[in-house]
This record gives sequence, structure tokens and C-alpha cells, in this order.
Amino acid sequence: MSTTIAPPTTVPASAAPAQLSKETYKGRIHPDWCPGCGDFSVVAALQAALFELGLPPHQILVVSGIGCSSNLPGYMNTYGLHTLHGRAVAVATGAKLGNHELKVICTGGDGDGYGIGCNHFVHAMRRNVDLTYIVMDNQIYGLTTGQVSPTSVKGMKTKSTPHGSVENPINPIPLAIVGGATYVARAFSGKQKHMVEIFKGAILHKGFALVDVFSPCVTYNKDNTYQWFNPRVKILEEQGHDPSDFHRAIDRGSQWGDEIPIGLFWRRTDLPTLEDLEPVLHDGHGPLAWRKLGLSNEQAQALIEELL
Amino acid sequence: MATVDFAVGIGGENGQGIASAGDILARIFAGRGLNLNAYNAYQSIIRGGHTFLTVRASDGPVRSMGDKIDVFIPLNQDTMDRHLHLLRAGACALYDREKIKPGVAAAGVQLCPMPMKELAKGNKLAANTAALGATLQLLGIAAEPLEAAVTRQFKKKGDAAVAENIAIARAGYDYAAQNFKAFPWQAPRRPKPLGVITGNQAIAMGGAAAGVKFYAAYPMSPSTGVLMWMAGHARKLGIMVRQVEDEIGVMNMVIGAACTGCRAMCATSGGGFALMAEAIGMAGMIETPVVCIDVQRAGPATGVPTKTEQGDLWQVLGAGQGDYPRLVVAPANQLDLFQTIPELFNLCDKYQCPGLVLSDLLISEGTASVDPGELDCNVPIERGELILPDGNGAAADPSSGYNNRAYLRFKNTASGISPRAVPGVPGHIFVAATDEHDEDGTLISDEFTNPHTRRMMVEKRARKMQGALAELAPPKLVGPENAAVTLVGWGSTQGVIREAVEKLAGEEGIVAAQLSIKWLVPLHVAEISRILACSRTVIIVENNYSGQFARYLRSETGFEAHGHIRKYDGEPFMPHHIVEAVKAQLAGQTRLSVPVHEVNA
Ligand SMILES: Cc1ncc(C[n+]2csc(CCOP(=O)(O)OP(=O)(O)O)c2C)c(N)n1
Ligand code: SF4
Repeated sequence: MSTTIAPPTTVPASAAPAQLSKETYKGRIHPDWCPGCGDFSVVAALQAALFELGLPPHQILVVSGIGCSSNLPGYMNTYGLHTLHGRAVAVATGAKLGNHELKVICTGGDGDGYGIGCNHFVHAMRRNVDLTYIVMDNQIYGLTTGQVSPTSVKGMKTKSTPHGSVENPINPIPLAIVGGATYVARAFSGKQKHMVEIFKGAILHKGFALVDVFSPCVTYNKDNTYQWFNPRVKILEEQGHDPSDFHRAIDRGSQWGDEIPIGLFWRRTDLPTLEDLEPVLHDGHGPLAWRKLGLSNEQAQALIEELL
Repeated sequence: MATVDFAVGIGGENGQGIASAGDILARIFAGRGLNLNAYNAYQSIIRGGHTFLTVRASDGPVRSMGDKIDVFIPLNQDTMDRHLHLLRAGACALYDREKIKPGVAAAGVQLCPMPMKELAKGNKLAANTAALGATLQLLGIAAEPLEAAVTRQFKKKGDAAVAENIAIARAGYDYAAQNFKAFPWQAPRRPKPLGVITGNQAIAMGGAAAGVKFYAAYPMSPSTGVLMWMAGHARKLGIMVRQVEDEIGVMNMVIGAACTGCRAMCATSGGGFALMAEAIGMAGMIETPVVCIDVQRAGPATGVPTKTEQGDLWQVLGAGQGDYPRLVVAPANQLDLFQTIPELFNLCDKYQCPGLVLSDLLISEGTASVDPGELDCNVPIERGELILPDGNGAAADPSSGYNNRAYLRFKNTASGISPRAVPGVPGHIFVAATDEHDEDGTLISDEFTNPHTRRMMVEKRARKMQGALAELAPPKLVGPENAAVTLVGWGSTQGVIREAVEKLAGEEGIVAAQLSIKWLVPLHVAEISRILACSRTVIIVENNYSGQFARYLRSETGFEAHGHIRKYDGEPFMPHHIVEAVKAQLAGQTRLSVPVHEVNA
């Protein structure tokens, strides 16, 4: 293993591995989630989607916050950052701008993304950063053993709302549609094949893609279980939903009760991403991370002139 | 040795063009090759209030705003009333004879009333321009450089504005020649023209020279100047500059960019720094180099946004939970800021840790002259054990790494430094986690049966600071070890303490020595202890209430200072504040001096 002192000037060779298999994307560690946790299905679907897209693992960066769900990067064989509670989207934005040739995928929970991290979430959407954001929405705080979350249904009894929550939940789907996300979808851990397709679409999408996944917490959420979701979830793609219809997307995204839609609500492909709009990334020198450091003599001279 | 050392003080309301008048004078003085220091005591409102700007220049060294004003330009009655009593014999006051009544001045002060309405041809905002013309005349400087400076200043407003202001400056110049007595000395000239730089510009330029490719910030006085410089130069220099939703986002984004291999930086003030604290700990835990500058202002909370203080030392020392290696440095002045940033980046890259800089309003917004030859942008860039994808990290299977333990991102080495690959490098896949982890990045935080690994990782990270300490220059005593008094300071007080030491020797016959501490973490405990042990009387000078540095020094060295000089009224020290306090303390009158800033309330 060698060491660089001087910054390199060459652009990376995109070395595609000879043989990719589904196994390639699996980390060495087996997830320590509770048996039956919805997150197992999510990590499997993500591995399958990356495999089916043929993306080389070393060019993928999975960034998470903190929570049960946020342990996901540790179960992948891709580059990973397991950051702070609520900060995944901010860190991922920095990483994407630092090296815009990486595929950057953010993962986390509803508390992580819609609670403590909501500020970053909202601003990443309006910027249309090219990120895929997968939220394992179990409507509860799992890791901290069962407190109310921003997506907990009104009236839900949790350890921190023993008499039932009196607050209204956030609905991330309409929030994301009006917030400026350009790919807004929902999946369900009980429908893994569908989830793989939704993930593939999100990863290929250029711009901010939100996939909110109903990923039941079998230990602490006794209300929103597989059994509760199974009869309710209806796949938009089977209903002829048009994801370019803004108002329809909001209507379907707001639906809750006996029928809850999953699938792609909203997509637009006519907007530039943040990276597209930053000329600094398009001067032919590749990712910022790998550029030569320091100032040219002409640049230095010009800066000094300004002071005279 | 200085031949002539003079200062111009301009005061009035915000919006009366005081800052631009100060810029014009600074450029003219620096253009004559004079050293200078300019400090603007202003308020956080866009119009109104009281602003007082001091520009001091000399052909000798200038390290603070000094103690006296030679040319006083009050642009309103309020300024006249607050400051006139501070003028001493030989000084002069230039003011609008129709609008401002002078009051009683000390003997020997020349009152110079000017018919501003007539000179400024009715332009109410141009009294300062007429006064600048008169100032140059009194200082024995030709009018031409003023015309050049006015042209530069008003260029953006069009040719008519330039012509008008040149005419007004000329009128002020000629009026002074006919009506007032010029100083018996002349502003000197030195052969080599100097430039002018603020500390915030110096920070930004130092970052650019170091190869910063990512800069993020949320606006907060007095750090915003760094963001403005970066935004203005981003496209020319290939720097990604982002204004982020809050400072939590700033630091997390900076860390994200740094994780990919970018040199990434941010600046803020105390309130923003508080929001960054958890993320700074993350940089320590995932061993990612980032540089963050805290430009201190008077706290707590929103505090006094436009006033200076050295009040964030303990906040920066204590930023983030737990123990983790970090570098903390407090540069002394503008040039030192410029030179420290690249040096700090090299250390952060080598030791893979956050680097925190303590600046303050005094040096960040203050202006100093600078010799262009000293602004070397061609700085050495050392990135330490960084594995980049240019072939040096070649691996047989590009997908290997995390799932076969082929690469240990957090390898336990003798130095504590683990070779660092970045995402995108084939064959080095890893997960960097803020939970405690093993050498390959695997979480151990849930394995409470694993105290050995936890201990190993804590010690591995901590070990890095032993190497860092050996690389940092130890502080040096300036002056004799057996001096009557040793004045200890940190950061921005270095210049004013130095001037106080010179005054003590020159005017009071007191031999003083000076010890300035720049590198705060890691701290050269052994060398500092050795110096202080042979000092007779040690007085610590700092711009805060509680003696934050005195407490830090005591906690690290066990050394208890003999006396303290502290100031926490929002304004910086002037040399005479320190001189008088030292005299009082050596005479046994007190062990704690809090100098009063002499301006009428
Ligand atoms: C700043 C901070 N506050 C609180 C916590 C404690 N904490 C860890 S995870 C979590 C919530 C987890 O809920 P969610 O994000 O929905 O993820 P889940 O565990 O349900 O997958 C909390 C409050 C923390 N780690 N950091
Ligand atoms: S507590 Fe809930 S969310 Fe966490 S692993 Fe168990 S089932 Fe999954």
C-alpha cells in the first residue's frame, strides 16, 4: 500500500470487476436487526437493484444517519458512511459535490430523516441534489426502544405517548412533491420485487429521489404491521397512475386508510440537478476530490493584485 | 526605528461612508509603503448608531490600533462629544462648521471647522470625501493618490460620481491648505508599496492556497467575510462554495466532501460553532480532516455581534462529546492567519483529524498592511497517507475490501495513523462509522463484551497527537527570562502586548518579556512550564471575563499566574491599557486589572 504526498493529477480508471453477482454487494456482517424487521427486505432489495444495474461497488457510497435502519451501510459491500442522527442527507450532499461521479445513496429512518434531519431533507429537495434517499419508515423510533415518531399515526400509543399521540403526522409523499424532489415513491417491505424496481428507477433518476418504504418494526410498532399493510397497499403501476400529473400525485400521496398507494407518485426529468448548475464541476477536471491542489502562478498573482 | 507614527480616527453613523473612507486611507498609506492597522468599532445596524474607525500608519512596525489619534474626523455631533476629550496637543479635528459644535478641547488641539455644504456642493454624503482631502493635506501627502483611490472606490457608480468626488476631495484639500496648519512632520514614504488585507480575506486566501475545493457556510458576523471572498472567487479558482441551511448542515457537508478526498473548510462564529460541535466529533471519530474557523465575537448567545472577544476558548476546547484528537490554533494576526491555514491543512491531512482555528473580530475584520512578498501562495501541500485512485491503491479485485477484510481503514498502527482510501478507489471498500468500530470499520458499539477493541481504538486515535505535538513549533519567550514581568497571551493579543512591552521599556523603564501561545491543542506543556518557572512575575492578558486561557494553562501545567489583565467590554486592548495595568500590578495595587475603554458613554 503506497502513500501519496503530491496530489494526483490523473482521473480514476473505472475498474469494473470481472464478475458481479448479487453476493458481491453483501457485506461480511449479517444484520443484527430483530428477526422479521422490515429492514431486511430493504437491504436485500437495494443489493438486488445495484446488481441488476451493474454498478461497480467501489463507485457507490451509501450514507446513513443513526437508528436501526441506519445500520444498513454496514451490511453492504460498497463504500459507506454511518454518520450522525439526522445528518445523512447533509453529509451525502457534501460527498456528492466532492465527487459527483459517485452514486450516492442515503438510507435511514423516519425519525432520522423527517424528525431531527428534516431541515437537511427539505433543502436537499429544493436543490435537487442527485441523491437517492431511502427512508425505512416504521412510524416509530426503533433503536431507542419505541418512542413516537414524526410519522406515527395520531392517537398511537408509544412509550413516550402512553395516552396516545395528539400530534398530526408528517406525510412525506406530498411534502416531497411540493418540496421539489423530482422522483417521489413509496415501497413496502412486504413487496420486495416491486421495491427493487422502485429503487432502480430512483438510482437511475438524475436528481433528488425519495423512496419512503413501509418497513415494519415488528418489536415496537404493534399497529402498523405486515398484517395491517398487506390488505391496504395498492400498487400505483397496476392502477395506471400517471407520475407526471402533479395534482393527482398529491392526491394519491395523501391517501391513507383502507387503501394506501405504493409505487411512483411523481417524477419529472426536465429540471437540472445542483451539480448540473455548478460550472465548477464542468470545467473538464473531473471530481473536485481528485483535482490538483494549490494555485497557479497566474491565479496567485491575480489575488495579490487585488490587495494592492 | 519608527520616525513617524500617526493615526486618523473617523466617526459617525453607519451609512455615512466611514468604512469606505477608511479603505481609501488604508490604500493610500499602504501605497506609500507604510505599515498600518485599521480597526472599525461598529454596530450591528445598517444605518444609524455610532461607528468609529481608526487607521494607524507608520514607517515602523504597527501591531495594533495604538493609543492616540492625530486626525479626528467626527461626521456627527455624537462622535465629537464622545471622542474630542481624547485628543492631545498636536492633534487636529476636522468637522462641518455648520452642523457640529466642537466643545472643549485640550490645549494644543487644532480645531479645523470646514464649510462642508459649500465644499461638497450640496452632496450630503460627501463630507467625508472633503475631510479626506483635508487630511491628506495636513499629513503632507499630495492629492494625486487620493484621486486614484477615489476613482477606484467610485468606479462602479460611474464617471460622473468619480468626477464629483474628485472635485470634492480637491476642494477639501485646497481649503485645508489655505486655512489650517499642517503637521510639523510629514507622512513618511518607503520604497516598496504594500497591500492591505483583512483577516477574513487572509483566511480565505490561505484556504485557496492550501487547495480548498469545498467551502460551506451560514452567514454570521464576523465570519461572513470569508464566505463573501470565497463566493466571489469560486468560479475563477474552481472552488465549490455553498451557503447551507444551518451550521449543522455546514459542518456535515464539509465532512461529506472531505470524506471523498477534497480539502474542505468552513468558518463561523461562536453560535454557529456550537451547532457544529457534534459533527466535529464525527470528524474525529471517522478520522476525516476538515478545517473550521471560529471567528469569535462577544457572547454568550447572540451577544454583541459586532464586538470582539476571546470568549470561545473553552467552547472550542470542549467541542463535541468524548475524547478525540483535534488541533486547535490561535493565529496572532492577518498574515499569521494566511500562513496558518495551509500548515493546518497539512497537519489535519497527516493526522486525519479536525483542525480548529480561533480567530476573532479584531483580526478577522481588522485590516493590516501586508508585504506582497510575504503572501506566498505556493505553499507545500502534504496529504499524508492518502490513497487516491491514480494507481497507487491498485487492488486485484476492485470490489474487495469490506467483505474480505482486505483493507483496514482504521488499522491500528504505531503512529495511530491509518492509510486513508476514499470512495471510488477500487479494492479499498470500507464503512466509516461514528459508532465505535474495529480496524475494518465493523461496529463494536453493541458488543459490550469488547472492551479491548474499544480501548485499542481510543488509544490509536489519541496516539496521533503525540506525533503532531512533535511537529508544532514550541512557543518562544521574547525578551529576557529574568524580566520584571512576563506577559502571556494567546491569539490576537500578540501585537498589542508586544507594543505594551516596548512602551514599558521605553517610557517606564520596566523590562518585560512576552510569551504568546499559538498552538493550543496539543499544547507544549513542558516548554511552557519551563519558561514560566523561571519568570519572576507572570501576568496573563486576555480579552474575556473569566480568564479562559488562565484556567486552561492552570489545568494543563498546574501554573498559577501572578496577575491578570482582562477586558470584556467588546473593544480590543490598546497598548496603554496593558502598560497601566502592569504598573499597577507591579506596585502591588491589584492582581486583576480590567482596563476601561475611554470613550464617553
Ligand atoms: C443527536 C442525537 N439525539 C438522539 C439520539 C438517539 N437516537 C438514536 S436513533 C434515534 C431514533 C431512531 O428512530 P428512526 O430514525 O426512525 O430509526 P429506526 O431505529 O426506527 O430505524 C434516536 C432518537 C442520537 N443518536 N443522537
Ligand atoms: S427494533 Fe424495530 S426497527 Fe429496530 S431492528 Fe427491531 S424490528 Fe427493526
